[in-house]
Amino acid sequence: MSVVMGRRRAAIPPAILVALAWLAAMVLVAVLADALAPHHYTTQNLRARLQPPMFWGGSWAYPLGTDSIGRDMLSRVIYGIRFSILIAVLGTLIGAVLGTVLGAIAAHRRGLVEEATMMMVDFQAAVPFIILALAALAFFGNNFWLFVLIVGLDGWERYARLTRGLVLSAQDSGYAVAIRTLGAGPVRVYAGHILPNIASALVVQMTLNFPGTILLETSLSFLGLGIQPPLTSLGLLLASGRALLLNAWWIAVLPGVVIFLTTLSMSLVGDWLRDRLDPTLSH
Amino acid sequence: MLRLIIVKTLRALLTVLMCVTLVFVVLRLSGDPAETLLPENTPPDTVAEYRATWGLDAPLPVQYVRYLAAALRGDFGISFADNRPALYVVLERVPATLLLGGTTFAVALLIGVPLGIVAAIRRNTAVDRAVMAFAVFGYSTPNYFLGILLILLFAMQLRWLPSSGSETWQHMVMPVFTLGTAAAGTLARFTRTAMLEVMGHGFIRTARGKGAPPGYAILRHALPNAAIPVVTVIGFQIGGLVGGALVTESVFAWPGVGRLLVNAVSGRDLAVVQTVVLLVASTMVVANYLVDLAYGLLDPRIRGGGR
Repeated sequence: MSVVMGRRRAAIPPAILVALAWLAAMVLVAVLADALAPHHYTTQNLRARLQPPMFWGGSWAYPLGTDSIGRDMLSRVIYGIRFSILIAVLGTLIGAVLGTVLGAIAAHRRGLVEEATMMMVDFQAAVPFIILALAALAFFGNNFWLFVLIVGLDGWERYARLTRGLVLSAQDSGYAVAIRTLGAGPVRVYAGHILPNIASALVVQMTLNFPGTILLETSLSFLGLGIQPPLTSLGLLLASGRALLLNAWWIAVLPGVVIFLTTLSMSLVGDWLRDRLDPTLSH
Repeated sequence: MLRLIIVKTLRALLTVLMCVTLVFVVLRLSGDPAETLLPENTPPDTVAEYRATWGLDAPLPVQYVRYLAAALRGDFGISFADNRPALYVVLERVPATLLLGGTTFAVALLIGVPLGIVAAIRRNTAVDRAVMAFAVFGYSTPNYFLGILLILLFAMQLRWLPSSGSETWQHMVMPVFTLGTAAAGTLARFTRTAMLEVMGHGFIRTARGKGAPPGYAILRHALPNAAIPVVTVIGFQIGGLVGGALVTESVFAWPGVGRLLVNAVSGRDLAVVQTVVLLVASTMVVANYLVDLAYGLLDPRIRGGGR
């Protein structure tokens, strides 16, 4: 192997490898939750309440201990991961699709449509999204899909701003002009040709948005305003351990560690991807 | 500069109007208040009377104008939970939030900006890496989790600090730390990037070349030029602090607007919710407006022509 080749491949730093492995594990756990969880996450065992985790005097039966009504913490964390990851993935996709489409429309139509979209973008960027999310939950009540939709709206403005800028500059590039001259309609030009060219910037933006989406969902669930029992989420688990901190620290700390490691891994991967794939995005 | 101020002022006012309109639309979309608020078996004539009293029988445009007029007078309805005007209920919580947010903001600035400068000057050393590690940890740690860990350690194990309330300065230590870590981390990171960018420019080399000591070159030439991106991030940080205050106030039972909003949402006290939303939105618009004007002061190019 020549030195030049080695340099071109730019080995993935170890920290990023660990982060990627953690994220892969989280996705696997989310997908295989039914097979991995030793118990159902709502199964109670009142004779085994507040059991500590294995290495703190607990037993193999409940490797991560149990909660105040004897539910297995390992199973609860596994299902918490499933719901939190599911919502974060769906939410990220909703925001990305909505923002990209609006950004592309703004760049295509220009004029009033563009002005209105960009004003909404500015407004959304100015007001902390969690406030708007809470207001929507207060006005419309809470159910699972509405909650997913609300979480998904977080960050749409970043995709819209990014897409608009990218599309505006792509419109004038040679390939877009060539395809338009060949008679392709706007949908074909955007979806078939411009989108693949701006995809890497969008993927980087999705990676950078993902931790925020997880934090939004878990924060709202932590406040008791997100995912409602009997469903579970890492935020809800953490909240349920708050009152028992002194007697049973593991109920709050374990889900917290999982959330922290997941957002940390995603931030590291996102920064790394941005530096590698898209130097124009770096601030 | 005058043109810039006028354009920015009009834009800010328009944004506030848009927000009020949005709240009005959402309020009307979310259902007929007469049906949601009155008990199920209310006789029809009582419902009609309720509608007439609250102006719900008027056509929508009339309701909208009335709503705007009421909002201008600061009348956002009565809090169900408290039976007092929602504006009073919200305003009396503002000082606690300002105290917490202001202190946090100052602490985050005093820690984040110098850390970023030091990291930029000592680029690629252990100092730089430690600062960047702190920054990544800072904005990856969920603040509710950080708060709970602090309570576990300093309130329950060591018993050094109170875990909830707002009576003494000791009550502020953990909330400020919880809320400020993410902001300080983000500021450190952006300050570093901005400084590195500026330090690569020719004028720093020129300053050093004509014999200016490194400290002087950085303070006199690099910092003012790095200030603009940093001011932008500071503007965004205010929004982050407001959002973070919701969670932090709830964790530490701090009697501020954030905790009020969380309780109002669980109790569906809509008058209070809309007051908080409008208050936060207007505050953010004003904050962004000030950041925009600060650009004008910092950058003579923007001052001239508007953008």
